[in-house]
Amino acid sequence: MIVAIEHYLVLSAILFIIGAYGVIIRKNLVIVLMSLELMLNSANLAFVAFSKALGDMTGQVFMIMTLTVAAAEVAVGLALVVMIYTHRGTLDIDVLKMLKG
Amino acid sequence: MLAWIIFAPLIGALINGLIFASGFWKKVLRGDEHTEKRIVSIVGCGVILISAIISSLMFFKLWPLDPPERQIIQELFIWIPSGEFRVSFAFLFDSLSCVMALVVTWVSFLIHIYSIGYMHEDHSYARYFTYLNLFVFFMLILVLGNSFPLMFVGWEGVGLASYLLIGFWYDDPEKAYAGRKAFIVNRIGDFGFILGIFLIFFVFGSASYGEVFKKALDPGFMSGIPTAAITVIALLLFVGAVGKSAQFPLYVWLPDAMAGPTPVSALIHAATMVTAGVYMVARCNVFYSASPTAQMVVVGIAAFTAFLAATIALTQNDIKKVLAYSTVSQLGYMFMGVGCGAYVAGMFHLVTHAFFKALLFLGSGSVIHALSGEQDISKMGGLRKFLPVTSLTFLFGTLAISGIPPLSGFFSKDEILGSLYERGFMIAWAVGLITAVLTAFYMMRLYLLTFEGEARAQREIRHHIHESPSSMTVPLIILAVLSVIGGYMGLPEFMGKVIGVHDSNMFEKFLASSVLVEEIKHLGDHAFGHWTLVVFSIIAAFLGIILAFYVYVINPSIPGSLVKSPAISFLYRGSYAKWFVDEIYHVLFVRTFVSLSTIAALFDVKVIDGAVNGIATGIREVAAILRNAQTGILRFYAALMAIGAMAILIYVVLSVK
Repeated sequence: MIVAIEHYLVLSAILFIIGAYGVIIRKNLVIVLMSLELMLNSANLAFVAFSKALGDMTGQVFMIMTLTVAAAEVAVGLALVVMIYTHRGTLDIDVLKMLKG
Repeated sequence: MLAWIIFAPLIGALINGLIFASGFWKKVLRGDEHTEKRIVSIVGCGVILISAIISSLMFFKLWPLDPPERQIIQELFIWIPSGEFRVSFAFLFDSLSCVMALVVTWVSFLIHIYSIGYMHEDHSYARYFTYLNLFVFFMLILVLGNSFPLMFVGWEGVGLASYLLIGFWYDDPEKAYAGRKAFIVNRIGDFGFILGIFLIFFVFGSASYGEVFKKALDPGFMSGIPTAAITVIALLLFVGAVGKSAQFPLYVWLPDAMAGPTPVSALIHAATMVTAGVYMVARCNVFYSASPTAQMVVVGIAAFTAFLAATIALTQNDIKKVLAYSTVSQLGYMFMGVGCGAYVAGMFHLVTHAFFKALLFLGSGSVIHALSGEQDISKMGGLRKFLPVTSLTFLFGTLAISGIPPLSGFFSKDEILGSLYERGFMIAWAVGLITAVLTAFYMMRLYLLTFEGEARAQREIRHHIHESPSSMTVPLIILAVLSVIGGYMGLPEFMGKVIGVHDSNMFEKFLASSVLVEEIKHLGDHAFGHWTLVVFSIIAAFLGIILAFYVYVINPSIPGSLVKSPAISFLYRGSYAKWFVDEIYHVLFVRTFVSLSTIAALFDVKVIDGAVNGIATGIREVAAILRNAQTGILRFYAALMAIGAMAILIYVVLSVK
């Protein structure tokens, strides 16, 4: 079976929806961050797929870039999560609503 | 060297103000009050003496110069460099400012010396000398500045010093009010003055005397300028003079300004500051000579003021009020002089008036001092034997201001009256003559009621009466001598010929280098000659003196019976109430202004504040609704973002098809 670009894109879409669903539905901040990573990686997958299909390396370069940014973001995000937990004693995002107007 | 005339008083003011008036000496250095007063007096009077000596030295430097080159200019720096508008901080010492500088510094010096005795027991001694020095500084800037903006700086500065000194005893609300009144009334005049300066710059493209007057004398330049423009400039400047020099209708502040210490009244409100307007008109003589309309206005207002103030002075009972109205009246004479084109005569009267009016005010201060603060002449009388020096010098001052020959006032007043007649201002001349009678009458009345007759003071006050200390009497004597002989510098030539003096009227010859001296056209054979005019002046002066003598010494029952007759009592009450001018102003301006302000305040509170508060309330209420969207729940935001992104996506996809 030839793995065509459609397969990749469908997989990417599924991953994205799972990620988005996780961000919206889950209450634990760590899980939300993980779901966010999933969304980013689904986008990466789409980039690489298009890159291969169109024979253009730009997509791969973009993927590398996103990966780097995601790594940095996770580092900062997890550090924040740790600090939030030590200060507030919870990671339930329904409790953490200081931005309420 | 010229700049030191101006800056010496400033240094004095800084030393006295920063070290002594600020309390630094007493609280930080723990110095005692006796030493403080001694140092303050030495510094305060010393700096003025320095100014006076330098002015005199400069005068001797100026005197031998040829008339066309008779001026010394010192430029310190460019003050306002703004495109075409360049004003340099420069001082001009020509014959006109020289005369003013000499009068200001020397009379100030005498009055400073006098103040040592007069203010000796005051607690704010240092503050007093600070203000006084500050006044002299600004007055000298006004007089010696070489441009209109610089003159304006001095103009405003003396206004400030005058305000500070009128309200010197500020814990008395009435005195503080008098200070504010002077300041506010002067603002009206200053408004005209600064508009005049703007117009000068607009027309002549410069604001320094040299350039402006050179252009104003250039027929080629002036042909391109309408006469109306010059008239407007002259009149606007005169509005400033009306305020500062207390002419009708802005004279009302001057009588109230007597609330200040008496030496201040003598210095600022008689001898120097109030004559600034006269100096200004003489300085701008080119404009006034070019505009007959402006001359008519100046002479008209001046004649009316002189007469009006003299009628008020007739019936006042406060010794300082009489002198204040007399000052207003004499200023009217000066403006009649400079207004009719006889600038030298006006300046001459300014100088002699500075002598005898300073003398009279200081004399009245000596009387008030001796009577422990009593100012009502109906409670004086018979003071001659208690205050021999004061009464004698006061008598000389009275005779001088009345115009009795050969005292100084006679020469200057006669020269003004003569000039008015020769230049065809007949009505003003007649008014001036009548005013001269009134002047002699009210001044003699003042002298007689204060020093002659029976003593009417209360017994306990009478016990304390004493002649003033020598620091007060010596200035009186010096000023009395000046009042007597001061007129000879302006001895008219036709009189000089008779006496056999060759260099008569040095004053005019000296001033001719900076002011226009016009040749008088022949009036025709039927007109009065010089001597006839002099006789008129002398008759007027003696008539007033004799009338006063008759009414108050020979037949003292006359004033009482005159007041009872209905026609006279009407006039008497009007004059005593100062013709209700203050009351009229109160109704016309103060009350109108207050009611307008009330409406404006209502508008401010209801409309402007209402609009501002309404907008704020509206925004707050809308925000209260919108705030509900900010739940603070992260998942809610994420869901909204997802929905939003989806909506955009759907829109894009649909629009492509």
